[in-house]
This record gives sequence, C-alpha cells and structure tokens, in this order.
Amino acid sequence: MKFVDEFRDADTAHALAAKIAALCEPGRQYKLMEVCGGHTHTIYKHGLEDYLPESVTLVHGPGCPVCVIPMGRVDDAMALASEPDVIMTSFGDMMRVPGSNGSFFDAKAAGTDIRMVYSPLDSLKIARKNPDKRVVFMAIGFETTAPSTAMTIMRAAQESLQNFSVFCNHVTIIPAIKAILDSPDLRLDGFIGPGHVSTVIGCRPYEFIARDYGKPVVTAGFEPLDILQSIYMLLLQLSEGRSEVENQYSRVVPWDGNPTALKVIGETMQLRPYFEWRGLGFISHSALSVREKYAQFDAELLFHVPGVRVADPKACQCGEVLKGVLKPWECKVFGTACTPETPIGTCMVSPEGACAAYYNYGRMNRHRVKEAVTIQVGRP
Amino acid sequence: MCLGIPGEVIELLPDQPDLARVDVSGVRRVINIGLLADDPPVPGEWVLIHVGFALSKIDEAEAGAALQFLEGIGQAYADELEALAESRIE
Repeated sequence: MKFVDEFRDADTAHALAAKIAALCEPGRQYKLMEVCGGHTHTIYKHGLEDYLPESVTLVHGPGCPVCVIPMGRVDDAMALASEPDVIMTSFGDMMRVPGSNGSFFDAKAAGTDIRMVYSPLDSLKIARKNPDKRVVFMAIGFETTAPSTAMTIMRAAQESLQNFSVFCNHVTIIPAIKAILDSPDLRLDGFIGPGHVSTVIGCRPYEFIARDYGKPVVTAGFEPLDILQSIYMLLLQLSEGRSEVENQYSRVVPWDGNPTALKVIGETMQLRPYFEWRGLGFISHSALSVREKYAQFDAELLFHVPGVRVADPKACQCGEVLKGVLKPWECKVFGTACTPETPIGTCMVSPEGACAAYYNYGRMNRHRVKEAVTIQVGRP
Repeated sequence: MCLGIPGEVIELLPDQPDLARVDVSGVRRVINIGLLADDPPVPGEWVLIHVGFALSKIDEAEAGAALQFLEGIGQAYADELEALAESRIE
C-alpha cells in the first residue's frame, strides 16, 4: 500500500478527475502527450491514468535526454574515451546506456578511465587536477542542462584550460515536438508542456503549436495534482474550442524563461544542421554544437569521432515508445529480455524513460489501484 | 540529471560571486548561481538546482512540495543526492 500512502491528495485528485470527466464529449477520444520524462515518471508512479476517463489517453513523449541519444553517438563517446590520456566524464544517467559494444560502465570495468560527475564543473575540476590528461565531458540533455555546459565552457575559456573539452550532445525540445506533430503516425489533441525545460526557454517557443497546429499546450509541474490540473486545463481549452499556451507551473516557470541561460547557450553553442534522435531519426536544427569561438573546447574537433550510424537492436522498440506510438508494455522485449538491470533500449535505462517508469511502478493492476485509492479516501 | 532539486542558500562565497553554498536535504555543497545573475539569491532563499547550477528561484512552499515529490521518487533522488555529495565545485 506504499503507493497509496504517498499520494496524500487522492481526494483532491478525484475531484479534479470528476471535472475532467465532465469536460469529455461523449464518443470523442482525447490523446494528450506529456513531453517530459519527469511527467511520465509521476504519471506511472501515481497511477494517474486510472483517474482519467477511458476516453483520455496519455501518450509519452521524447523528453528523456538519455533515451533519445542514438547508439552511434554512444559508440562515438566510447571511441573518445579510449583515446590515449583521456579521462571521460559523464552524468550517472548516461553510464548504463548501451552502445553497440557495451556501456560506459562496461568500459570502465574493462579499465577505461570514465568517471561519473554530478556537474560539468566537477569535470572541469578533474581537468585542473590532471594537467597531463585530456578531460572530456559527455554533455547530454535538453535546455535544462545546456546552460550548465555553456557556463562551464566559458569558465574553461576564462581559465585558459588546455586539457578540457566537451563532447556536445545537447538537444532542443521544440524541433522534436514539431517532428512529432508532423509525423503521420500520431494524432494528438494537446500537449502537457515540460516543466524544467520551460524554466529556461519559457512558454513562448510553444506558441507555434497552438497557432499553427491548433493544439493547446499547458506547461505543467511535477506533482500528481499539477498533471491532473494541466489535463483539466487542456480539456477545458478543447471543450471551448481554444488552442493556447497556458502555464500551470507559473510558480516556477517564468513566461520568458531564463534570459541569462539562453544568452550563455547562444554565446557558446550553435544549432547543428541536423542531428539523429533515437526513434525519431534525423531532425533538422534539433541539437547544439560548440561554437567556433570556443573550438578549443570542442571534443569533436580535437579527437577523431567515428560518426558511424548504428541501427538499434532489432528487438528494441524504443523508437515507437519515444514517439508515443507504442506503450512500454506493448514492446516485444519489455520486462522479459529488457529490464532496468539489463536494458536493451534507452527507455529502460533512465528513471525518466517510459519503460523504466512503467516497469518500476506499473505492476499493480488497474483494478487494484482503484480499489486501494477508494479505501484510502474513505479513511477518516 | 534532469531532476531539478531544491536547495536553500546558506551563504555566498565571498571571493567567488558566482558560487553559493546550499543545503539540499541536509547535504551542503557549493553550486554556481551565475545563471541567476539578474536577480541573485541571498541566504535563506531557495533555488532549483540542475547539475550544479541554480536555474530558478523558488519560494519555500514550492521547495517543500518539490522535496516531498523527490523523496517519493526514491532511488533516482537518492542517486542524485549521492552524486551531489560527491561534488566539489570550486
């Protein structure tokens, strides 16, 4: 019953659920995409789908930075890590992501110098302490982590550090959303906009979704009630025939984002002409590389990067899961060959990946969840 | 990595205006506050931290709610705190 005890506001949730149900037109199906992996996590952990009418489906989006890294890029990073005198540094989330020849963890076990860091600034410190080594930071993430990499590059430039570079894999969320909107596979009715990415980019970049595609967007917080509230706001827009960008998470997300963060990204990085995303393929202007001004910190210029495109393992259906075409449990290897302990695909690696989230929390069957929640609400 | 974690600013480092010591669930570490240069936090204020950088200011109630959410997440937050505890930003 751990699940239920943690969800203190189940009664408020039921009240919101009733308001949501009241907005649904009979016979109409609603598909809403939560873009951010953090939201996916909350949805599965709290069984939020069980609060929703059958006609509302939540579709999990591509907003898990580890999940969208294509296999070829992992192989490139491995190639960099195995160059002489290199110390590769990486966030913990990246360590278990499988490339075609194993993960960072496997390479580390085999003797390659790969170190886990909390922050790119920790990577910088390793560089300062090891002047005879070449320290590479494996930069991944959306606009939430890109400013940190940008600030670190600027700091390295100030200090004229000679032995620090960044293997830049930062991606931008808007082109991915556009690719999904343009994909014929999926008909969506609205978007639950990412929370923390929006603290950086603000809400304006989503306006094209409302204006050009006629779909509502509501930027949402991470608590269960935030998500239910956002679903309510989306359905209210749909019922009133509106498509606007609204900010449910205004207590954290400023409408214009964080201008300083955007400025430092612009100072140090530029859009790549195209970048490969796992599952979504090549998307134009969807990723960042280090600007020429900071070329001495660009690992792609300092080292030989193989750049070979590697197809995902045949059994893996992360691509379909990332596009929201398949639910995690519909993948052929979900929970059998692919588990968080021995992941085949990236969606099972990261705690924000839809598969890992579902695997960890989704085992309770829906009937039992509903029963348990009812009991909890009924308690004095 | 993608988790924003709330921390209370304890002190600004006197000789490094970009750095502040924060308390995150009892773990005290130094983070960079350069991204909040337009409105720098002062001791007692709360910030949302991503990979060693404060990305936005939040109020205490929001910090409390965010912490409760993170503690509920379990392993992912434990991992993040463990990584933070290893961090030595300077």
